[in-house]
Amino acid sequence: MGHNLNKAFKFGIGMALAAGLTSGAQAADDKIKVGFMLPYTGTYASLGNAITNGFKQYVAEQGGKLSGREIEYFTVDDESDPAKATENANKLVKRDKVDLLVGTVHSGVALAMAKVARENKTLLIVPNAGADEITGPLCAPNVFRSSFTNWQPAYAMGKVAAQKGYKKVVTLTWKYAAGLQSIDGFKEAFEQAGGKVVKDMTLPFPNVEFQPFLTEIASLKPDAVFVFFAGAGAAKFVKDYAAAGLNKTVPLLGSGFLTDGNLDAMGDSGKALQTTLHYADGLDNKKDQAFRLTYAKTYKMQPDVYAVQGYDAAQLYGAGLKAAGGDVSKQADVIKGMEAAKIDSPRGAFTLSKAHNPVQDIYLREVQGGQNKVIGIPTKALADPARGCKL
Amino acid sequence: MPAGQGTLMDFASFLIQMLNSLQYGLLLFLVASGLTLVFGIMGIINLAHGSFYMIGAYLAFVLTSATGSLFLAILLGIPLTFIVGAFLEWALFSHLYKREHLEQVLLTYGLILIFEELRSLLVGDEVHGVDIPAIFSASIPLSDVLSYPVYRLVISGVCIVLAVALYFVIQRTRLGMMIRAGNHDRTMVEALGININMIYRVVFALGFALAALAGMLAAPISSVFPNMGSHVLIISFVIVVIGGIGSVWGALIAALVIGFADTFGKVLLPDYAGMVVYLVMAVVLLWRPEGILKKG
Repeated sequence: MGHNLNKAFKFGIGMALAAGLTSGAQAADDKIKVGFMLPYTGTYASLGNAITNGFKQYVAEQGGKLSGREIEYFTVDDESDPAKATENANKLVKRDKVDLLVGTVHSGVALAMAKVARENKTLLIVPNAGADEITGPLCAPNVFRSSFTNWQPAYAMGKVAAQKGYKKVVTLTWKYAAGLQSIDGFKEAFEQAGGKVVKDMTLPFPNVEFQPFLTEIASLKPDAVFVFFAGAGAAKFVKDYAAAGLNKTVPLLGSGFLTDGNLDAMGDSGKALQTTLHYADGLDNKKDQAFRLTYAKTYKMQPDVYAVQGYDAAQLYGAGLKAAGGDVSKQADVIKGMEAAKIDSPRGAFTLSKAHNPVQDIYLREVQGGQNKVIGIPTKALADPARGCKL
Repeated sequence: MPAGQGTLMDFASFLIQMLNSLQYGLLLFLVASGLTLVFGIMGIINLAHGSFYMIGAYLAFVLTSATGSLFLAILLGIPLTFIVGAFLEWALFSHLYKREHLEQVLLTYGLILIFEELRSLLVGDEVHGVDIPAIFSASIPLSDVLSYPVYRLVISGVCIVLAVALYFVIQRTRLGMMIRAGNHDRTMVEALGININMIYRVVFALGFALAALAGMLAAPISSVFPNMGSHVLIISFVIVVIGGIGSVWGALIAALVIGFADTFGKVLLPDYAGMVVYLVMAVVLLWRPEGILKKG
């Protein structure tokens, strides 16, 4: 039975692959070709759509053109599947010959995209995936990021935890890159400021049976708990934490992905939860207000941090094109323009580090009335250390 | 982890971890029981079992939003999923009994894709929460900082009642006798004038309803999200295989074993937590290749 089952699984997956092939279109030569490789199905579908919407909104605001050139879009659904990432990226790079590759959400997929981009010298903007490596040891002149590194928000929270006077903290995350890099960022700032992480706990991704860890936390009685969880698992964790009564005695701290997109699912359990991220609700910033208004009008829904990252990816590329006078063949000029750009982002203005990652403010947010309200800026213009990058 | 920070727990924590294990194991049993019926009695490898769980959870979300009560949602949801299950058996699965496992796997894999796509079209891809019914929303304090949600204990209670009821139906009723007979020799049972097709339809529908009930009960504590079924599918197969294919008691024992292995694995061997469950499976199968309890 086991053998048959295995064979059938492979066959089924093969069929799914064949069905998933998207057909390309012939491009007109005068247009700039932008390839979106993002998740349009599966758990991250809404993130992929938000990034696409944000990108297109900026282009539409410029009258549908960047530096006088029309934009033609190509899309590939990456399904957040690292196994298909190289093939998918090659569809856009080799078949469609895009001038700019935009993607993606999942770090494993993004790492494979960065490799393809480096090999083919295609310009890449990563609009979400936070893997430290992309703008760290694997950085490249043609690889940019409009979002964050996993290290950034967590580092800011480490500072916050120390400022609040916590001495003894326990961490918990899934045992995968995003989680472990976040924990490292938190620990770096927290222990520099004299705090001590007394225990690091992990569970396999995407396991959501948290009860044993809650019992451990209760017996360790730390001053606070720092976690990295995202998506549905994050909503479940916050609910379990509150149901166990731990939220009354042991404050829960997290990277912003703990609450983003999850506030409805968490209900009352998420109340007053504090997280750190490079975006927040209620920013006192005209650009943000205009951005949100247009987005809500255009797409009939509220924008989120992912939409902002997509919007800024377009702004970043726009700055590069401007510097090259709209001539994509002058890639060195495009890159110079992007490196020098000061992006007027809805999150607040930012510039890029030498490793091509945003140098940005990280906000401390608190869940209030179904929103992640900004309550402070623990770190201004925080740059990722970009360890291992030789740019 | 700093040196000297022992992983061994004090006695109170140990007792609470025992409770965690028991509670998790019982929930796993509820999901796996439907699979062991369909797999063991009807011989169908149903990869869509996880989707049935997902459907239950989404039903709980949609019906609770519409009616305002999880009880009503479950009361409506059980007959609804039973009917859908009977229809699926009639339309699709009844053609598969004499076919290869490979074809069953293909069909049920296709069903996973269809159910997920339907879910995406009808309800969307967001994460949703379902509120715990008000009368069960309290928590019982276990230590100075830790409490235990009453709702989790209620789920455990429901699981125990269902385990006993299933055992009773299969071992002590005429329907159960016919089900067991059909499992041994389908042709002979037909020759005796029993409508075996109808029996299979009932068993399949029951399997669907049990998985959906597990999803509905778990919805308030697990949240409702895309692909949630795939998380439970593999562990369900592990339980069915460890327990002995087709044995409800075996599934119960296996689910409890897995509950303990998973909980204590996470606490005592955090670096290998992902492996512990499968190590247990390997050991049990080496010891008893047919599972803890053979079917019968």
